[in-house]
Amino acid sequence: MQIDMFPPADDERTGMTMQWTALVALLVVTVALAVGWRATQGRARTTPQVADAGHDGGADWADVLASAGTTLGERATFLQLSAEVCSSCRSTARTLGDLAAATPGVVHVEIDVDDRPDLVRATRMLRTPTVLVLDPDGAEAARASGAMTPAQARTALTAVEGARTAGRTS
Amino acid sequence: MTENRTTTAPAGIDPRGPRVAAGVTAVLLAVVVLLGASQAALVLLTVVAVSFLPGAVRGPQATWQAWLFRVLVRPRLDAPDHLEDPRPPRFAQLVGLVVTAVGVVAGFAGALAVVPWAAAVAFVAAALNAAVGLCLGCELYLLGRRLRPSA
Repeated sequence: MQIDMFPPADDERTGMTMQWTALVALLVVTVALAVGWRATQGRARTTPQVADAGHDGGADWADVLASAGTTLGERATFLQLSAEVCSSCRSTARTLGDLAAATPGVVHVEIDVDDRPDLVRATRMLRTPTVLVLDPDGAEAARASGAMTPAQARTALTAVEGARTAGRTS
Repeated sequence: MTENRTTTAPAGIDPRGPRVAAGVTAVLLAVVVLLGASQAALVLLTVVAVSFLPGAVRGPQATWQAWLFRVLVRPRLDAPDHLEDPRPPRFAQLVGLVVTAVGVVAGFAGALAVVPWAAAVAFVAAALNAAVGLCLGCELYLLGRRLRPSA
């Protein structure tokens, strides 16, 4: 490795300017990622109702719950898919656990994706935690990913019940 | 009612520790970027990579950055409102180790130009962790799992 002991002053200055520009660009990228990530955290989106014939979700949630030693909640079930390496899974589990404990008919189940890798494929989930909100029939009504706040969890619950009372054609 | 299917967790750690440590690491990585493709950058990136090693092997509490947090920062803070599982931040340390090690190995092999690039990637990850608690490696964990052939 050849080291230039006396680089021309101009080159030195250009190099430093470039590196500062690179650092500013990195900060912009970091802020953009942080803002984008925050915006999607924990927000439940209602799951579009697909026709059962073309349904390839591949998971019977009542069966999955049975294998986890529980059953569907009478109002709603929060099925949380977690991983060991995920820290927001812990806070989400606390949030949903508290909601389920305080709300009759609401069940919270946490499943480790390393125990059930088939569910990762079946749900096409991309990050942990992914929370499926199941209606009393075991159909996926809404879904959220990332850390969930108590307010977001309550909103998700209301959305599921709202969708049911609005009536479904099927 | 909660059915917890995760395995029994090891003793919790203060969740602010890994974030403060990530902030310290991010500052060092920013300096590496500023040093550009130089020997000095390679030396500093090597220091950062070696600093990730105890974190990845023994856990995030084992790094000197975590020691700084315990000695300088934690005594000035209130007790944390909850403790955190040390396994996710330990995985983050492993991701940091891999990314910086790529730069170190390339640098010692003569490709000094790779050093600031590796530092740049690690900087974004560390800065996100420090600023908003986002663990980039943890978000990518599932993508890695999906790419693995079905077991």
